[in-house]
Amino acid sequence: MTAEKLLEVKHLKKHFHVGKNQVLKAVDDISFDIYKGETFGLVGESGCGKSTTGRTIINLYNSSEGHVQFNGQEVAHIRGRKRKEFNQKVQMIFQDPYASLNPRMNVAMCIGEGMDIHKLYPGKKREKRIHELLETVGLQKEHASRYPHEFSGGQRQRIGIARSLAVNPEFIIADEPISALDVSVQAQVVNLMKNLQKEHNLTYLFIAHDLAMVKHISDRIGVMYLGNLVEMTTSEDLYREPLHPYTNILLSAIPVPDPSIEQTRDRIIVKGEVPSPVNPPSGCVFRTRCPEAMDICSQMKPVWQEAKPGHFVACHLYEETSHAR
Amino acid sequence: MESKRKETSPSRVPDDLFVPLPKEQQVDTRQQKGDSYWRDVMGRLFSNKLATLGLILIILLSIMAIIGPWLTEHTYRSQSILESNTSPNGTYWFGTDELGRDVFTRVWYGARVSLFIGLAAAVIEFIIGVTYGGISGYRGGRVDNVMMRIVDVLYGLPYLLVVVLLMVVMGPGLFTIIVALSITGWIGMARLVRGQVLQLKSAEYVLASRVLGGSNSRIIRKHLLPNTSGPIIVSMTLTIPSAIFAEAFLSFLGLGVQAPVASWGTMANDALGSFKPVIGGDCFSRPSLYH
Repeated sequence: MTAEKLLEVKHLKKHFHVGKNQVLKAVDDISFDIYKGETFGLVGESGCGKSTTGRTIINLYNSSEGHVQFNGQEVAHIRGRKRKEFNQKVQMIFQDPYASLNPRMNVAMCIGEGMDIHKLYPGKKREKRIHELLETVGLQKEHASRYPHEFSGGQRQRIGIARSLAVNPEFIIADEPISALDVSVQAQVVNLMKNLQKEHNLTYLFIAHDLAMVKHISDRIGVMYLGNLVEMTTSEDLYREPLHPYTNILLSAIPVPDPSIEQTRDRIIVKGEVPSPVNPPSGCVFRTRCPEAMDICSQMKPVWQEAKPGHFVACHLYEETSHAR
Repeated sequence: MESKRKETSPSRVPDDLFVPLPKEQQVDTRQQKGDSYWRDVMGRLFSNKLATLGLILIILLSIMAIIGPWLTEHTYRSQSILESNTSPNGTYWFGTDELGRDVFTRVWYGARVSLFIGLAAAVIEFIIGVTYGGISGYRGGRVDNVMMRIVDVLYGLPYLLVVVLLMVVMGPGLFTIIVALSITGWIGMARLVRGQVLQLKSAEYVLASRVLGGSNSRIIRKHLLPNTSGPIIVSMTLTIPSAIFAEAFLSFLGLGVQAPVASWGTMANDALGSFKPVIGGDCFSRPSLYH
């Protein structure tokens, strides 16, 4: 990738204070870049900090430490007119289509909200633009006067997409946009997003817990575990030769759409539960469940390093200084 | 969509067997407009017989409170001592009280006072309660903590003591009663709104508005308050009768509006003296009944 960086996340941390003297490390020192026009997939099981990462990037949460730079600007420090510009350029699609639309507002009001805030499309143009957007996302302009409860989950998600498109964004954070939908509708929404990306030259941060779907849409994928990024590479590479044991386990959990293979294939069954992010394990956070855990894993935190060109991993198995086998 | 349907239809059925539905049988779902919110509300209200009856009664009561005192030539304070304690008759439609005042005029004059107190208390409670609860819930954290502890302290004050104290300081009267009723009345509303706002402010549509650059005031006005309006309205409707009862109760104890001003509470109290002869005598029963 020689394209220019659109978003740079450097050593981002987000810690929440829970109770007295307890800190929940939702995101603990992650770094990645997103290039213009690409789709960056972020996967990991629930509670690993994917959504927190997304929300911290868009400044819904203040980061505890680290930097998020959009087009070279520090996101947390953007104020005033630039802030409005940022709000227009960076948009978000939410997870739950039943909670992301205000039940008291009809579709036109939902979609038009961003245009009203930024005073784009005044007067007659507003209605025209709303109809246009509805058609772009595969709905009809007659739907504009209806209320969210009259739509199905997939349709609502389309309304949510139209809302984020209304302000002509460059970068969209899709926070598990498909995990609340059923499989057939998932494909529709993902394909819609892919088409929109081509038409509007969008960049996506696609957050999901379904590796198969992420592979379908993403150019590069980051795998998260317990607030840490454990592996990051292009989606082909990740499938062809996953390095981190956790990625291996995730990949082996993808079902094969063929019953005879599915019955006989070997799955790596992961032991135990995710440790609490309030009290994470010492050293490598994955060591308590890792099939290949070594002594060093409990003593030292693995370094985030480039194992192969463009292929980053944080694991002692691939550290030259460690006792690699 | 069209091409997809063809692919998924069973291949054994040739395409030419699919015939378009005749025009008159087609249902154009696109033309069905969604019910507007208020039309929906009105429809539901009028389909409920009891609710409609209640609405009619309230309207009648309000009309009578406005025009009632003007229907007779008596005023609420004019006396004719010779005709005290009469039964309902042609000149005095509900009879007269101990002091020879027309009960009909006083009942409707009292309705004005009572309804005014009820509405004023509800409106003040609405304004203070929604603002206070809204700020507390929306800011959250330490602000919320401090504001809610203040509420807890106010909640702990014995109500009657506060009222008596206020009467001593400000002197009895309509204004004092309204102050007395609203000084603690907004607490319930504030708690209710705070709870709702606390729950709604992390809703995804609120986050979406924030991501779009929506200001705090926009989020509160367009997202939080409309979605809290249900419980707020219910709470207000319960406030009005309870304020009216509280006024009646205070007036009954002699802490409320002062003679010769009438309210339903003072009238019931005044009539207690003439209650002896017949149980359910007119002076007592009328104000109580309309209460």
